[in-house]
Amino acid sequence: MDNLLSIITFLPLVAAIILALFLRGDDEAAQKNAKWLALIATSATFVLSLFVLTGFDSADPGFQFVEEHPWLLGLTYKMGVDGISILFVMLTTFLMPLVIAACWEVTARVKEYMVALLILETLMLGVFCALDLVLFYVFFEAGLIPMFLIIGIWGGKDRIYAAFKFFLYTFLGSVLMLVAMIAMYVDAGTTDIPFLLTHQFGTETISIAGIHIVGGLQMLLWIAFFASFAVKMPMWPVHTWLPDAHVQAPTAGSVVLAAILLKMGGYGFLRFSLPMFPVASDLAGPFVLWLSAIAIVYTSLVALAQSDMKKLIAYSSVAHMGYVTMGIFAANQQGVDGAIFQMLSHGFISGALFLCVGVIYDRMHTREIDAYGGLVNRMPAYATIFMLFTMANVGLPGTSGFIGEFLTLMGVFQVNTWVAVVATTGVILSAAYALWLYRRVVMGDLIKESLKSITDMTTREKAIFAPLIFFTIFLGVYPAPVLDVIGPSVENLVVGYQLAVAEFEPLTQLAEGGR
Amino acid sequence: MIGADIAIILPEIALAIFAMAALIFGVYTSKDESAPFLTWLTAAVFAALAIWIGLTGSGINVAFGGMFVDDSFARFAKVVILLSAAAILLMSRDHMAKLGILKFEYPILIALSVVGMMMMVSAGDLMALYMGLELQSLSLYVVASLHRDDAKSTEAGLKYFVLGALSSGMLLYGSSLVYGFAGTTGFAGIIEAATAIDGHMPIGLLIGLVFLIAGLAFKVSAAPFHMWTPDVYEGSPTPVTAFFATAPKVAAMGLFARVVHDAFGGAVGDWQQILALLAVISMFLGSIAAIGQSDIKRLMAYSSIAHMGFALMGLAAGTALGVQAMLIYMSIYVTMNIGAFAFIVTMERDGEAVSDIRGLSMLSRRDPTKALALLVIFFSLAGVPPLVGFFGKFYVLNAAVDAGLGWLAVAGVIASVIGAFYYIRIVYFMYFGNAEDAAETQMGPVQWGLLMASAVILVVGIANLFGIEGAALAAAETLVLR
Repeated sequence: MDNLLSIITFLPLVAAIILALFLRGDDEAAQKNAKWLALIATSATFVLSLFVLTGFDSADPGFQFVEEHPWLLGLTYKMGVDGISILFVMLTTFLMPLVIAACWEVTARVKEYMVALLILETLMLGVFCALDLVLFYVFFEAGLIPMFLIIGIWGGKDRIYAAFKFFLYTFLGSVLMLVAMIAMYVDAGTTDIPFLLTHQFGTETISIAGIHIVGGLQMLLWIAFFASFAVKMPMWPVHTWLPDAHVQAPTAGSVVLAAILLKMGGYGFLRFSLPMFPVASDLAGPFVLWLSAIAIVYTSLVALAQSDMKKLIAYSSVAHMGYVTMGIFAANQQGVDGAIFQMLSHGFISGALFLCVGVIYDRMHTREIDAYGGLVNRMPAYATIFMLFTMANVGLPGTSGFIGEFLTLMGVFQVNTWVAVVATTGVILSAAYALWLYRRVVMGDLIKESLKSITDMTTREKAIFAPLIFFTIFLGVYPAPVLDVIGPSVENLVVGYQLAVAEFEPLTQLAEGGR
Repeated sequence: MIGADIAIILPEIALAIFAMAALIFGVYTSKDESAPFLTWLTAAVFAALAIWIGLTGSGINVAFGGMFVDDSFARFAKVVILLSAAAILLMSRDHMAKLGILKFEYPILIALSVVGMMMMVSAGDLMALYMGLELQSLSLYVVASLHRDDAKSTEAGLKYFVLGALSSGMLLYGSSLVYGFAGTTGFAGIIEAATAIDGHMPIGLLIGLVFLIAGLAFKVSAAPFHMWTPDVYEGSPTPVTAFFATAPKVAAMGLFARVVHDAFGGAVGDWQQILALLAVISMFLGSIAAIGQSDIKRLMAYSSIAHMGFALMGLAAGTALGVQAMLIYMSIYVTMNIGAFAFIVTMERDGEAVSDIRGLSMLSRRDPTKALALLVIFFSLAGVPPLVGFFGKFYVLNAAVDAGLGWLAVAGVIASVIGAFYYIRIVYFMYFGNAEDAAETQMGPVQWGLLMASAVILVVGIANLFGIEGAALAAAETLVLR
């Protein structure tokens, strides 16, 4: 099967087209059919992606399952996965059926909702599989359209503001990346990612309008890519679109956004910034590390002050993404391993937390923390599950959250001790806001009249959480399967990075000595 | 060898004769009752000519001592012009009839202006250039005020005429300077004079070129020569607006490319900055000014200004890659506009044609198929991948960066983000607005077909752009590398 990745990527799109063209009517039966078709399509995608995982040779650090066809303007349609991207593909295919199942109760414009989610899955998978710059960009940006519609049509009260902010913020971030990609194309003569990974972009200091730019072309390209991925990630201080988007998005939208879309930023750093612009990454490393440390502490404090559950979790996401950027730009094996692990684990945990909010939102139609309290009395199963994911969010040993945070902190500690010290305080703060949230929502006496008749989770809801619980604990206890897959590719990346940086340093010293 | 010359210019002659014959037919038979028939017939003639030119033309043929050039660049532009003019004629019939202005002069004037456009893109001499340009413009002035009982329409025609005359004056003044300093009006002679001093041109010629470019910028509605565009777009009957937004823009861009490459090709450094500046101003002005518009025709006017900025960016690159990018950009731009206007001409409320944006409110609920098609078109106009509009921008940006105009590319993408706001605002009205102000859209099969065809092209085209890439490259190379 030479085109397995294409089949996986475009299967949801085919399902979306079938749904859009052939499903008529909007009665209950039609809605059921739409949901079932979407569930079957996403499940089939997951099953197919298992073939990729089993056929993947984790000892090989290069790209596998590669397919290539010529496209416009010397571009190629090229797909492939390596140790870094394959787990993101798996994360996406694994979460999408759960997302579909989680919006089983939606009744407004169901067909369009399913079509949007299916198209979004295709685009997300494309991002992680693309091995051509422009192909990557097309998938990366196209995701904005369905997400814009998901927030705008099925979102909450202020959805229009949130949808516009989401769209324009991320669009502005990425168009600069487009110019940088074109500059890379002109410089290297190709948009082939495997080739560009070995291409050296110029590092001679250049001056534009009197400003000397150390790191030269590489630095300019790095800045453009950084602008895009930092917004997508999102990093402090360009994170402000995320809380708005999360709060207003419907549950499924929030889950997709937190669990998968945010990972595109981290994946971009690993795929482009670090290996293609090593010198610039090294020069800007301390800057990114401090931004991450600030993000971790600042957004944790902001999370403490939230009265809206989704907003609180959104800010906690920003804090957790801070660990990811920190680990990536530590640029050593533990740091990068930890960053990837943290992204996967955050995919499970934040997805689950948003689903937890969704469960009670479906019943009470409010996300205000003050509207709840004492839920444990009527919803014991919910209290247990919420407890587990709260602990995982805090990074309790034994959950996957711990491994990611620990590895990234260990990686950073070797590079910059102070950043590690500041970031570690974030662990305490995350415990503070997460446990406080849990106490206010779940514990205490059930005194609110409106909550007296609330019902516990249904079997469907429990079934959605089961796989998430399994992976959160399994990877927390035994992370080796993940680390084995990503290990060789990360090692390859880190070695290449350090080689390039080592080559550059004597050059700068030489230049300074000659002055 | 007048016979050989005639053979080269035969499509233009055929179309001119057709227009005259149609005029006589219209006058001596049933007058306006023949208008629907003539409209269809003219569209058919356009399509037939497009096929003829597209399939049979080959090589570079020069007629009348260099006055008229028939090369693959001209043929590419002509095919785009003819096809878009045919599409606009088809979609305009119902709307014009409803306004009571479906006069038999309408298709004839359009045909004459198309003859002018074909002359423009084939011009090899300043005289031929001016002739084509004026034939085109004079026909368009009349068409703009076709709805003569409507104050806005007559105002549009008058404004267009006065400002158009001013720009023609500038163009003529520039031409006379160029003639004075080059000693010839033929492009072949001018290009020699333009590179006479170490690849640079004498200052007098440069001043002449600046005036020429100012005149041409007016015709493509590039800022800061854009002032007529919003008013004329708003005032003219909607199908006429649709026409303004498509074929004449392609022709003027083609003429622009001809002048800067055929007549001043060796001196790229002398005109590159001017075009780059026009491009930047147009992109930003078009994007920012459109935000406040509540009338979709005015909005499309500003949108076209911004798009012309992008097309000029390709031209500013001064390379074959740039011209190729410009041609591809214009083809895509025309496709998007045909689709958008196919919808806009059918907007009405209580039997009256309307054009305010609120008319689109909650279209997605009333007519999901049309709303989806428009969604595709507007996201494509905004340049969001994976739609074809993105690839138009990609080609242009690629040409600009390749020519060392990185700053222009950065300015362009920033402007496109600003522009994205008003395009997605339309999507917002269609998908999340409130249904109170909704307009009705009774679409005929023609408009529906054009809307859907446009949307489908914008999605399916990402596979290979229907092969226009190669044709555009060949066209660009004959122009630049000659």
